[in-house]
Amino acid sequence: MSATPATMQRVRRSYRLRQRLIEAGSVVLGVVILIWSLAPIYNMFLIALDPEEGEIEFDGNLWPPEPSFEGFRGVITQEARYLETFWHQFGNSLFIGLATMMLTVLIGSLASFAVSRMRLSKGSLLTNAALLTYAIPASFLIVPYFRIMHRYGLSDNLWAVIAAQVAFATPFAILMLQLYARLIPFELDDAARVDGASFVQVYLRIYLPLMAPALAVVAIYALMLAWNDYLYPAVLLAVRNMTVAVTQGQLFSDTDAPWNAMMAAAIIYVLPPIALLFALRRHVAAGLTLEQPA
Amino acid sequence: MSSTQQVFAAGPPISVQGSRWPRGYGQLHGADLRWAIAFVLPYAAVFFVFVVYPFGDALWMAGKPSLYVELIGDRFYLPAVVNTLLFVGLGVNLKMFSALLVSGFFIRRRWWIRALLAVFILPWALAAAQACVSFHWMLQEGGLVNGVISALFGIEGPIWFNNRWLGLGADITVYIWKWMPFWTVIFLAARMRIPPDIYDSAEVDGATGIRRFLHVTFPLLANLYLLCTLLSTLWTVGDFTTVYLVSGGGPASSTDVLATLGFHYAFDLSKPALGIAAAMSALPVLIPIAIVLMRRLQTSEVEL
Repeated sequence: MSATPATMQRVRRSYRLRQRLIEAGSVVLGVVILIWSLAPIYNMFLIALDPEEGEIEFDGNLWPPEPSFEGFRGVITQEARYLETFWHQFGNSLFIGLATMMLTVLIGSLASFAVSRMRLSKGSLLTNAALLTYAIPASFLIVPYFRIMHRYGLSDNLWAVIAAQVAFATPFAILMLQLYARLIPFELDDAARVDGASFVQVYLRIYLPLMAPALAVVAIYALMLAWNDYLYPAVLLAVRNMTVAVTQGQLFSDTDAPWNAMMAAAIIYVLPPIALLFALRRHVAAGLTLEQPA
Repeated sequence: MSSTQQVFAAGPPISVQGSRWPRGYGQLHGADLRWAIAFVLPYAAVFFVFVVYPFGDALWMAGKPSLYVELIGDRFYLPAVVNTLLFVGLGVNLKMFSALLVSGFFIRRRWWIRALLAVFILPWALAAAQACVSFHWMLQEGGLVNGVISALFGIEGPIWFNNRWLGLGADITVYIWKWMPFWTVIFLAARMRIPPDIYDSAEVDGATGIRRFLHVTFPLLANLYLLCTLLSTLWTVGDFTTVYLVSGGGPASSTDVLATLGFHYAFDLSKPALGIAAAMSALPVLIPIAIVLMRRLQTSEVEL
């Protein structure tokens, strides 16, 4: 049976209608996703830009009629209540984040180099240890950590937090680096070894440069883990040594706190990882999809 | 922190097998062996000092059977177990299934969908504590959510944190908001690996729309989906921040999960052993999941 021009036209029209319905549906879904993703961030700005201290009520205005940067000013000059040491806390967060990042990359890359490139026998034990770490949620270990850090003489010490973050970030680093290292041909190592290079030289001259995308992913992961964590700094540090992430959490139901300044501080605090993620998104995308190193 | 650990699954082709190197390669010896040991030593030290020792300490502290009798007798413990089951069961499954569906939306090649993806992953980059505090204020009396409800429908919204089920629902919603983007990206990467000719031949056979999803996409992603769900379950049991900073366990500890209840026992009531016991009582569920996961990771090559 051959299709008449009339049926052809009907088929084409229903196809076009379907396409248009799909297009309309995805626009609706897109708007829903946009509102869903941005609502709490919008709420942060709404509170932070309110001229009145401690104003968290929503009075029907979609944007503050008189947006005020008083909250932000209070944070930057450290005049707002509870935020007298904001920059000190920010520095603590930065120190913990950077130290966690560097130690994780160093320890993780050394261990996974030994297992995946030096053909260390029983190397799979190390991989299993890394996997096993994830069987125990980190929050379940906070009480023993608190006791042990006290025993080590590290209570209220930034290094206690760094140690905890490194312990939970290195397993990811090892698994990730081992996956990625498979993409680098062994012939490169062998050629260098034949030419008399030591394993240290192979590590420095071949492994590290070729693993750069994966190392970038590991570095961002470790930095974000440390920067965004709440529980460990909250428990292991005393008030004067606190990080920014903790301060807002500890006052989270205190209606007397100056919430415009608190939210301004929150906005300032969450910006660096977002900026970093977007600056390095190409590396992250390459690392995540395990592309062949260029 | 455990929730941040979810990033671990970043490489979709997860398979961790020990020996993959070419044959005919000798054992290490002499200086090389010493170097290899020196390279592994820092990680081994971190693992033993900061993972094995705290865990051993926890087991030793939570070893007394009398602690568990005390736990069962505590009126907050059994509700917390129920809350944990609901939080993990509903949270993980709703999140994973939504992530799988939404990844199908983001795979469409439109410029505005790509731009939307950048906005969509913002929750993942946002610090959990700050996001949770913002949600907390949004849901308070006079907050954004009830303001919008009264503006749109002219009715008073509920007092969210005055009711156990509304509070727990808020916790689960925030949890999904925070962690769905990450898993969506994982599923998106997996979908992009499906060769287009599979879809072409499916279309010739008449599989489009929902049938294509059920008979082509889902079977291809099923293995990864199961693996991610198991991993996410392990991590969600340990999620402390969401419940602690959104509902705060309130009203009257009725929305506490095991992680926050253990914290409450240990630091507010000064009963550290009881706090550890509350957390450790989840191990009989966690360890089998971890073993299944390790076996699957070792035996199957999880491509796609």
